[in-house]
Amino acid sequence: MVTSAGPTYDVVVVGGGVVGCAVARALSHHRVSVLLLEARNDLGAGTSKANTAILHTGFDATPGSVASRLVARGWHLLRAYAPTAGISIEDTGAVLVAWDDEQAATLPTLQHKAEANGYPHARVIDAAEVRELEPHLGPGVTGGMVVPDEHIIDPWTTPLAFAHEALANGATIETSFDVEGIDVGPEITELRATDGRIRRARFVVNAAGLQGDRLHRAFGLDGFTIRPRRGELIVFDELARPLLQRTVLPVPTSHTKGVLVAPTVFGNVMLGPTADDIDDREATGSTAAGLAALREKGRRILPALLDEEVTAVYAGLRAATEHSDYQLQAHADLRYVVLGGIRSTGLTASMALAEEALSMLAGEGLALEPSAEVVSVRRTPLGERDDRPYRRGGRIVCHCEHVTEAEIVTACSEPLPATDLDGLRRRTRAVTGRCQGFSCWAEITTLTGWDPAR
Amino acid sequence: MSGARPVLPEARVVVVGAGPSGLAAAAALRHAGVGVVTVLEREQAPGGIPRHTDHLGFGVRDLHRVLRGPVYAARLTAAAAASGADVRCGATVVEVGGDHVVLADGTRLDADAVVLATGIRERPRSARLVPGDRPAGVLTTGAVQQLTALHHRDVGTRAVIVGAEHVSFSAIWSLRHGGCRTVAMVTPLPRHQTYAPLRWLTAGLRRVPVHTGRTVVEIVGRPRVRAVRLDDGTELACDTVVFTGDWVPVHELVRRAGATMVPVSKAPATTSGFHTSITGLFAIGNLVHPAETADVCALDGCRAAVSVLAWLTERRWPQAPLPMAIDDPAGTVAWAAHTSRGVTVRAASFGAGTLELLDGDGEVVGRSRRRRLVPNRSITVGARVGDGVGADTAVVAVRRRG
Repeated sequence: MVTSAGPTYDVVVVGGGVVGCAVARALSHHRVSVLLLEARNDLGAGTSKANTAILHTGFDATPGSVASRLVARGWHLLRAYAPTAGISIEDTGAVLVAWDDEQAATLPTLQHKAEANGYPHARVIDAAEVRELEPHLGPGVTGGMVVPDEHIIDPWTTPLAFAHEALANGATIETSFDVEGIDVGPEITELRATDGRIRRARFVVNAAGLQGDRLHRAFGLDGFTIRPRRGELIVFDELARPLLQRTVLPVPTSHTKGVLVAPTVFGNVMLGPTADDIDDREATGSTAAGLAALREKGRRILPALLDEEVTAVYAGLRAATEHSDYQLQAHADLRYVVLGGIRSTGLTASMALAEEALSMLAGEGLALEPSAEVVSVRRTPLGERDDRPYRRGGRIVCHCEHVTEAEIVTACSEPLPATDLDGLRRRTRAVTGRCQGFSCWAEITTLTGWDPAR
Repeated sequence: MSGARPVLPEARVVVVGAGPSGLAAAAALRHAGVGVVTVLEREQAPGGIPRHTDHLGFGVRDLHRVLRGPVYAARLTAAAAASGADVRCGATVVEVGGDHVVLADGTRLDADAVVLATGIRERPRSARLVPGDRPAGVLTTGAVQQLTALHHRDVGTRAVIVGAEHVSFSAIWSLRHGGCRTVAMVTPLPRHQTYAPLRWLTAGLRRVPVHTGRTVVEIVGRPRVRAVRLDDGTELACDTVVFTGDWVPVHELVRRAGATMVPVSKAPATTSGFHTSITGLFAIGNLVHPAETADVCALDGCRAAVSVLAWLTERRWPQAPLPMAIDDPAGTVAWAAHTSRGVTVRAASFGAGTLELLDGDGEVVGRSRRRRLVPNRSITVGARVGDGVGADTAVVAVRRRG
């Protein structure tokens, strides 16, 4: 079979998650040709869609680590960028809560760690202050630490906003291109998809997330192995939102940040995640044990939460490796950069990782001359506190989330359109609400022409 | 209550929801002489759930006929229109109070009384915390009915129905309209909860096995449902799963308004005249009692019109209603609520016994001896209570004996 490989790009970014999209966006601001390849049928449809949607300060990172530096930098970049791009963000802050004396004893250490991470605003408070901040917390609080600058953010719009901006600035984006083979030539690298299609580029950035180690090996390299860490999450009804003001964090362990309770920009309350190391890189199902464990933790943290209706349950896979830190490497001989092992802070660090990728590419000899003109893109914000289209009239189709017909039509017809329900959910919030389609799914299948059972 | 007498030409009542109870309330209010009755419906057409419940069984108690759902919905709609009620579709209400509502675009409508008739929905898979994959093909009866009856779409080929109450069996019909065969039903309860004839007409005739005492513990399949797994390890191959019943009131507006709620049913507490705890705010239909048949809801609307009229003329509001107390150490009664027929009680488990309704003085004001208390099924006990404000709070407790 003869397949046209098309043009040779200056850079191919493999992986259309939040990190890959951020890299494509940053590259698109320069006079280089960029191709973003995503294996799934949509962008942001893997790890990027199922996370805790928090913009972290990085207060609890390992001081001196790459993650510490990039989370802190990413926080600044994304916080500034989000409002300009229509990414909903809320300055809720967080309180880290100790539930026994042993945990309370570690709080001063955590505050020092925050300072070592360059975050000076964390402050240890006593149990009474914690209760004053969050009166609905369960009994047994022994102390806490406020982290005023933790934000909540819309995780769905973030990669899409990056991608749309990349597209507007001349990048090419292809979905359903699952890279299987790599052939590094003297000047050009060929990327072969599972279906035989070929794409060519001078430089390759690996932002393949859960598949990052496989692509890394295709370059003949080694050094890290992805072992997915599954995180199950329960999203509670918007009526639960008054139960808390800010994100409530547990005292973290080396394995995980632990189970938190956080408001979402969509107006819900989220409980999770669990942390199970698994082997299947597609196992985004929930488990009876995971849900039971979350409910037990939730009952202790915020008892009244358990009386509220559950809106959604999902699980995401973090790209954990045998290393605790990110795996960033530049291989000039291969004209290759890898952004690997971004295990749970990729959303926050995404724009800093993009900066990092560009400087590594430049170090490998890619000329990165800024474009004369950069187009910015603003998405319609999805956040509950933002000015959503239904408030200006229009026919509402999804009643739970107040999504209008015009938004659904746009999501299915704009560049990088939704091609399935999941994509529509992330672009509009349709069918993400409490009825999960009882009222609107039939109408939406007619509007979109989709198979009702897809 | 007939003939459009201009008793209260200046009065304005807003009804939220144009299902059976809202439409019936609107017509009754107009017939009682209320000047302006505005019905706000978020869907594009009035009629509520019967609009897409395309089988017989509607209208028995209110219209004294046996009609198909869509026909019944059309009759109630026509009656409301003929009465002079202003039924507005595509009108989403985002806030309610006893004297106003706010629409999605921020428009505020002031009113002398507000009647909430927002109805019910089925708990979807997520709310029931059923673990497993998140494939396509997982639906509720409501979605299946709308797909087949309103949009004439096919659904799947082999369905497992979760639940075994009335609506679960009617879902077999709806699925058939969508070209889908039901291969099994699953209920955690020891028996099904519908009438024997309905079970026979739907599941019996087609030899659909009903797995009783069983829970779905996992949904399997990516990207489409492949099977469900039960707690005894049985795997039922299917490409569609329909979660049926397990009704929850569409209570968001009334809760945000701050009304006193009944924790178990998640419905607003009301008096027998459908007053909520918020002055000027009434609640009727399946919002109050999830779920009764459509005719009972429509009769709620008629009955509520009497209380609304009393409120408009006398401006007296009864003592705030509380959830009815349940005196049942055995724990077989889950909740109770007022309906147009008396008090509806929900059993938490199968059993037998005598249900008594008690007023504030401990006097028995209604009694019914039941050989079978069936969960998820309407159990109505007639109450001797009046329509006047003083009598409205008559039933304060339900007692189960023996």
